[in-house]
Amino acid sequence: MEAIIVILQAGIANGTVLLFATLGEIFAERSGVMNLGVEGMMLLGAMSAYSVTIATGNPWLGLLVAMLVSGLLSQIHAYITITLKADQVVSGLALTFLGTGISLVLGEGLSKAGAVSLVPVYSVPLLSAIPILGKIFFTDQSVLVYFGFILAPLAWFYINRTRPGMHLRAVGEYPSAADALGINIFAMRYAYVFLGGMLAGLAGGTISLAISPGWFSEMTTGGQGWIAVGLVIFAQWDPFKAMFGAYIFGALNRVILDIQLPKVILGIANPFFYHTYLGFFLQMIPYAFTILVLVIGSHEANRKRMGAPAALGIPYVRGERGL
Amino acid sequence: MSDTINPLTRARFPFKIQVEPRLSEPPSWFPALISFGAVIIALIIGAVLIKIAGGDPILSYIHIAKASMGDIGVLSDTLVKATPIIMTALACSVAFRMKLWNIGAEGQFIMGAFGASAVVLSHIFPETTSPWIFIPTMVLAGMLAGGIWGLIPGYLKAKFNVNEIITSLMMNYIAISWINYWIFGAWSEGGFQMSPKFPVNSWLPRLLDYAKTYKILSGLTTHLGLVFGIVAAIILWFVIFRSRWGYEIRLIGDNPSAARYAGINLTLNTVLVMFLSGALAGLGGMSEVTGMVHRLQTSPIAAGYGFTGIIVAWLSKLNPLVIIVVSILFGGLILAGREIQPSGVPKMIQGTILVCLIASDYLLRYRIRIVHSAEEA
Repeated sequence: MEAIIVILQAGIANGTVLLFATLGEIFAERSGVMNLGVEGMMLLGAMSAYSVTIATGNPWLGLLVAMLVSGLLSQIHAYITITLKADQVVSGLALTFLGTGISLVLGEGLSKAGAVSLVPVYSVPLLSAIPILGKIFFTDQSVLVYFGFILAPLAWFYINRTRPGMHLRAVGEYPSAADALGINIFAMRYAYVFLGGMLAGLAGGTISLAISPGWFSEMTTGGQGWIAVGLVIFAQWDPFKAMFGAYIFGALNRVILDIQLPKVILGIANPFFYHTYLGFFLQMIPYAFTILVLVIGSHEANRKRMGAPAALGIPYVRGERGL
Repeated sequence: MSDTINPLTRARFPFKIQVEPRLSEPPSWFPALISFGAVIIALIIGAVLIKIAGGDPILSYIHIAKASMGDIGVLSDTLVKATPIIMTALACSVAFRMKLWNIGAEGQFIMGAFGASAVVLSHIFPETTSPWIFIPTMVLAGMLAGGIWGLIPGYLKAKFNVNEIITSLMMNYIAISWINYWIFGAWSEGGFQMSPKFPVNSWLPRLLDYAKTYKILSGLTTHLGLVFGIVAAIILWFVIFRSRWGYEIRLIGDNPSAARYAGINLTLNTVLVMFLSGALAGLGGMSEVTGMVHRLQTSPIAAGYGFTGIIVAWLSKLNPLVIIVVSILFGGLILAGREIQPSGVPKMIQGTILVCLIASDYLLRYRIRIVHSAEEA
């Protein structure tokens, strides 16, 4: 029982990274722009957060800079796909390359930078006293984790229950109708791509300043940006489902680490302890699981006839037929 | 809206930029010129970024040129680097042609290397077997392994409409773990994270093998893989532009619904093209492990050739023959980039090039004219 609580507790923490990135991508995709550059933006965010915090000693400033820098990077994608109307897939890929390249160049030598002040850890009074749940959700979690608890419901409420949220959905589903209503499609898309970039940057900063502190060049994110893009599909563009998916992935990552530790597991000799190379199969699990989750998500979407925002991936050209 | 501009501003700027869609195809030299311009701009941006990072951009670029094309020795090394890129770029180009975004060439490349290594390391042939048996078997094994790795996302795409971008990318990570399992476990050489060196008979012939007869070839490591790559490019060019299947692939890429009405089987073609794409990348992995590295080892194999292939394919406008030339340029960039500090520079320049290229496509689709405001009225 104790082990399960520890796994879930760590899962919530790990999952917060994915949660931020996924929420950001949900906003961008809801407005009709798919941004495959999440991995690159996260890396840039992780690097700049860490770097600024080393220089200033203030993790909050680090996070702020990470969000701004990644937001700015996302605007390259916005310009290419919204104004220049280029293919979103290729542009997103290019953004990942660019973000990764810049992070590696500017992050040179950062891995040896030493200790850095992290985002504080905090237990919520009263709530942490709740048996089991209090321990999992509200004890010794990073402040960022609590921010995630608030952000996902807020995002849901914003998208589904507010006027700007309705505009957002209109822009992603039926831009020409939204345009006719006087909504500025181009400005909206730029803004939500920027928001997506900021949240990806926050996700990166959450890694390097809270969840697994430090800068490990490309392995800092290790493909989590891509998993986030996959989670968006699994979550069917819904912040609450994204939250669920992100925490499951977070817990999964923790299980994989923990399962290699004990000598005996369920009464038999633990093969992962005695043959460490078997651990590579465990390392495959998150990626294989992503594929599985995508298959399930796509199947569900087909069955329920719901899915991606209708204008996802299609540049908007005023006065043209179609969406 | 132009009515609201007051006459004074209009008088001050008598010209305005007008953008309109191109109705006719631009002349054939135009796309090449635009791409060239995009690369130049990318290099300038790269220079600025290097400067920001505290390097000397001009020295860096001179160094890249010298260290990649300076003499026959480094030129040979450049060709060695270009070899895997040719094949991963071909792999990407055939899939992209059909608008299948296979970004898993990296994993398919790794699996190709694994397939070839399995032929050697499973000891199904004695070490003294003739290269004439070794090499064709390894080519087949590499292409099959890579092909299967491409087939999986292809099948999921065709059958369940699963986004192939993410699945093919996830397969990259799985491939790395898969070869790590072998080189840390069953194939580990004395506990090191690499397989034993392959027997010489399984190596692809290199130019330096003929140094006894032709003195000039001594020390040149260019290997048969380059020939594989060039032959594959030529065959692929004929398939894409001169065969019925190639026509189908291009039609699906340009207009899937037209293709469906024409009775072309989209499902089958998705699976086949992803298999072909994976097999080409697998051939690259095979040639790299048997021509260059001569043992299975993570870092020199999983060095990002699959990702460079994406950029090269795009820069070449998916044309297999152009890919050969562009790959050699990128081979040079990567070779020379190894010694440049900071070490991320080549990757950053590649990313910048791709961004500029995509942006430049705008000029192919739209015409930008500077018109006199008075003309409008």
